[in-house]
Amino acid sequence: MLDILAYAAFFLVTALTYGIICLGLNVQWGQTGLFNVGVAGFVAIGAYVSALLTTPETAGRFGGFGLPVWFGWIAAMVVSGAAAALIGAITLRLRADYLAITTFGIAIAIQLVALNAETLTGGPFGIGFIPRAFGGLEDRPIIFNLANLAMVGTVTALLYYALERLVRSPWGRVLRAIREDEAAALSLGKNANLFRIQAFALGSAIMGLAGAVQAHFIGFIAPENYISTLTFQVWAMLIIGGSGNNRGALLGAVLVWGLWSVTGAMLAAFVPGEYQARAAALQIVLIGVALAALLVLRPRGLLGEEKMISRFLKG
Amino acid sequence: MLEVRSVSKRFGGAEVVSNVSLGVGQGAIAGLIGPNGAGKTTLFNLIAGSFAPSSGDILLEGAAITREAAHRRLKRGLGRTFQIPKPFAEMTLIENMLAAAQGQRGESLFANWLTPRRVAAEERANAEKAMAHLEFLGLARLAREPARVLSGGQRKLLELGRVLMADPRIILLDEPGAGVNPALLDTIIDRVIEINRRGITFLIIEHNMDLVARLCGHVFVLAAGRMLFEGAPSEVVRNPQVIDAYLGTGST
Ligand SMILES: Nc1ncnc2c1ncn2[C@@H]1O[C@H](COP(=O)(O)OP(=O)(O)O)[C@@H](O)[C@H]1O
Ligand SMILES: [Mg+2]
Repeated sequence: MLDILAYAAFFLVTALTYGIICLGLNVQWGQTGLFNVGVAGFVAIGAYVSALLTTPETAGRFGGFGLPVWFGWIAAMVVSGAAAALIGAITLRLRADYLAITTFGIAIAIQLVALNAETLTGGPFGIGFIPRAFGGLEDRPIIFNLANLAMVGTVTALLYYALERLVRSPWGRVLRAIREDEAAALSLGKNANLFRIQAFALGSAIMGLAGAVQAHFIGFIAPENYISTLTFQVWAMLIIGGSGNNRGALLGAVLVWGLWSVTGAMLAAFVPGEYQARAAALQIVLIGVALAALLVLRPRGLLGEEKMISRFLKG
Repeated sequence: MLEVRSVSKRFGGAEVVSNVSLGVGQGAIAGLIGPNGAGKTTLFNLIAGSFAPSSGDILLEGAAITREAAHRRLKRGLGRTFQIPKPFAEMTLIENMLAAAQGQRGESLFANWLTPRRVAAEERANAEKAMAHLEFLGLARLAREPARVLSGGQRKLLELGRVLMADPRIILLDEPGAGVNPALLDTIIDRVIEINRRGITFLIIEHNMDLVARLCGHVFVLAAGRMLFEGAPSEVVRNPQVIDAYLGTGST
């Protein structure tokens, strides 16, 4: 019983960290229509930045400044957001397909750096001994997981609240206007590129935060966490939950992560060891099938885009 | 107020606007007519900054704006509407109007988190202003409807309203009468005259010569990208070259 509770808490913490990434992608895609296929890259930046800043000094590796966890979180957001702003400034002037190609390439490049720049990232073995939030409770898994759940749940709730406020703000209204008719928005004095860059940077900062939160929950990161499978999962979560809807983003994250975990456990139980690596590909296929089925039944996802109206205009 | 100096625009090989010059004085309502494909809308796009001219200069109140980005021009007082209206279709009328207000604190990301009260106050003030404009344009009862339900003429009015939200000094109207039912047409003409009385300058593209004669003191005639003629409406309708240009292409 207690084991199940511990596992449920563990599952929810992980699902919520994916939920945070989804909220970031929803700012970019759902709200702004920016096609970011390098989600994993921005999560990785956040994870590595925070890890480098907060781990104790390690021989043969740069970083290890032993700074507090909250500082790592903030730095993760700032660096991921700044990287996205830079990429955005270069590519968003061009058309949408350039952004897709660029983000795809950058995510691969980031993963390769993580893999090869050993003095910075620890190479293929990654970085361990990342200080865990509530690390003092580690030997009591239930308490530890519940404490983390309370914290990650709070972070998610705050973020949700902040983003909902933004969706209904004049800022969000400009994004909708640009999406509906860019020429009209320009003629009304809106600097469409600037707003797109802001949305891209904000979304990526949130992804960076999620990377850091994950890193400090697990206590260990490695390059293989940040491959395009992650990007695929997050996209599936957002589309299934309902792009353009923050609650949809969170719901999709919990459902898809649930599906992923259940199928993972089943494969581990029923597939002989030597085939397991190959069987893992089945998980991706399964999510793909679920995605396709849902898109036939509910093209807008489970919750669908919400009708937005500025929060001062209700009633 | 607005001065266009020897402006040309080429798309690939075709020169769509050739060496056009025109001037619109402060407080005037000027007309721009010409057969379909004459380059009128292209000239508007050049003045509004949708793209830059191949050569020539555009001056607004004495300042060269030739290469300034489109989104900066409304802050300088230059507003425009589109031949085919571009309402934000899924947004309500009042939101369309609010989106057009200039210099909003609430459009900066952090202000919404750090100073929500000031954003709210600003939003209320803008909403009041928007409702007043919608009232003036006869759209107030549709304020909370999505813009997609509007008729062609109402869309033209909404576009005019959006521009008014920015307190412009000159407005470019691209065919405000096209596809508008006669009753609404009178409203549009009426409102343009009223806005002009408040000191706002207009440059209007229009085919309907009746409308042009009622509104415009001075008319420019564009044909095949060139300035063919300019003068009072009564001179324009009697000018053989102008009559030729219209009959020659078989259009209105
Ligand atoms: N972006 C563009 N690229 C190429 N040709 C264009 C473009 N915009 C307009 N044209 C051409 O320029 C000519 C003038 O068009 P336009 O300015 O819309 O005429 P008008 O508004 O006087 O009817 C037309 O022949 C049109 O096909
Ligand atoms: Mg035209």
